[in-house]
Amino acid sequence: MNIPQGLYFTKEHEWVKIDGGAGTIGITDYAQHSLGDVTFVELPKTGAALKQFQIMATIESVKAASDIYAPVSGTITETNQELNANPALINQDCYAKGWIAKVKLADPGETGNLMDPDSYKTYVEGLA
Amino acid sequence: MAETPSDLKSTPLTPDHIARGARMASFAGWNMPIQYEGIIAEALHTRSRASCFDICHMGEFLLKGDVNTCGLERIVTAPLKDAPTGSCRYGSILNEKGGVMDDLIVYRKAKDEWMIVVNAATIEKDKKHFQAHLAGPVEFLDLSDQIGKIDLQGPLSREAVVRLAPKAAALEYYTFIETEVLGKKTIVSRTGYTGELGFELYFPARDIPALWQALLRDTRVKPAGLGARDVLRLEMGYSLYGQDIDDDTTPLEAGLEKFVDFKKDFIGKSALASQKARGLKRRRVFFRSLSRRSPRHLHRIFVDGRDAGVVTSGTFSPHTNGGIGMGFLENISAPKGLPLTVGDDKIRIESVVADKPFVERTSLKN
Repeated sequence: MNIPQGLYFTKEHEWVKIDGGAGTIGITDYAQHSLGDVTFVELPKTGAALKQFQIMATIESVKAASDIYAPVSGTITETNQELNANPALINQDCYAKGWIAKVKLADPGETGNLMDPDSYKTYVEGLA
Repeated sequence: MAETPSDLKSTPLTPDHIARGARMASFAGWNMPIQYEGIIAEALHTRSRASCFDICHMGEFLLKGDVNTCGLERIVTAPLKDAPTGSCRYGSILNEKGGVMDDLIVYRKAKDEWMIVVNAATIEKDKKHFQAHLAGPVEFLDLSDQIGKIDLQGPLSREAVVRLAPKAAALEYYTFIETEVLGKKTIVSRTGYTGELGFELYFPARDIPALWQALLRDTRVKPAGLGARDVLRLEMGYSLYGQDIDDDTTPLEAGLEKFVDFKKDFIGKSALASQKARGLKRRRVFFRSLSRRSPRHLHRIFVDGRDAGVVTSGTFSPHTNGGIGMGFLENISAPKGLPLTVGDDKIRIESVVADKPFVERTSLKN
């Protein structure tokens, strides 16, 4: 299970990378593996407001549709348009080419509600 | 009632699936491989090369009796009495209301000897139905525990199967042979559930790991799970029992009339005849989405904004690179090209009525 350093994680298996007042959001290796082949991502709209732990996007695999939850509150500044034609990027490279959205953070202090890599690793290992 | 893993039955191949890293899940009470390397990769491999599937969970009955007098012809919708020895017939068994109790394949092993292959979840129900309606001098055995089954499917499946069963080379579509494979009595039929050239191998259950491993020694053959099997059958428009057809669905509604022989007497015939006379209210529809979004089981189907039916099966199709599905429409005719919207409270998927199969020019009849 790939859990890179320098990211924050949610219990719903999203990650966010913080860079000053901006964040990049995606789903974790555990999430992409559980979903199986990703076939569609309904991206949020640029300018949309996100609220931490509320639904921000929908993702479909061959088997099912699932919700993606915002790891942080903020405003969407950009979404990964590559995913429209090639959603399998999420399976192939979930922490880089498979990013989903970039946000302008509403409250950098919200990272306190997220897990660091060590905590997330412990959390994932505790899942049956 | 939720199934705990301890309630689940295992096939003789379960340890092999786990050792190969398959993702396992419960299906019809069995712990089955859903995928190995990935559903899309496995579906594409089956359409381009060959895959083998563990289908040991399905049921097999052996029946010895005269088809005209023992009741078999009345139980099954397909015409059997003129079926040549060595041929297979796809059909259904119906209740008195004309509802489909199961869909099955009947193998004529000899003039008065038959193998009947049924779905896993319906073995007990089917057995009771057969026993209740068979009459006279007849022998009926449930061999489901003793017979294992592996499906070998794909354009290269003939080349792969003849290495183990040379006589299978000459099999025509929907025929079978009884032969010896790895020193064991084996039935090999040219049948399947993927739409590709393919074979189903019936083999002693306890010895079947050796057959599985022998098939996979051919490097062109890869194992595939039930996830890919579901995609492949839906791309062909084949029904899945319990999901697309059930006790409350008639073969007429399900678009399976061609597997019903109205020239003979069979259980459920009068109900079908009166449904025909009244006219069908509910009809099978096939559709594809206009995007990569996938319709799902129990999504609603809307026509001009009006709730007009239900999705029974839906998936992403690697072949069409978009969503495909089948369902039922109520009181509406649905010509090819009719726009539909499919979805639930949250999801709306623009779709269009399509013809089945969704995939054409397969290797099925090669």
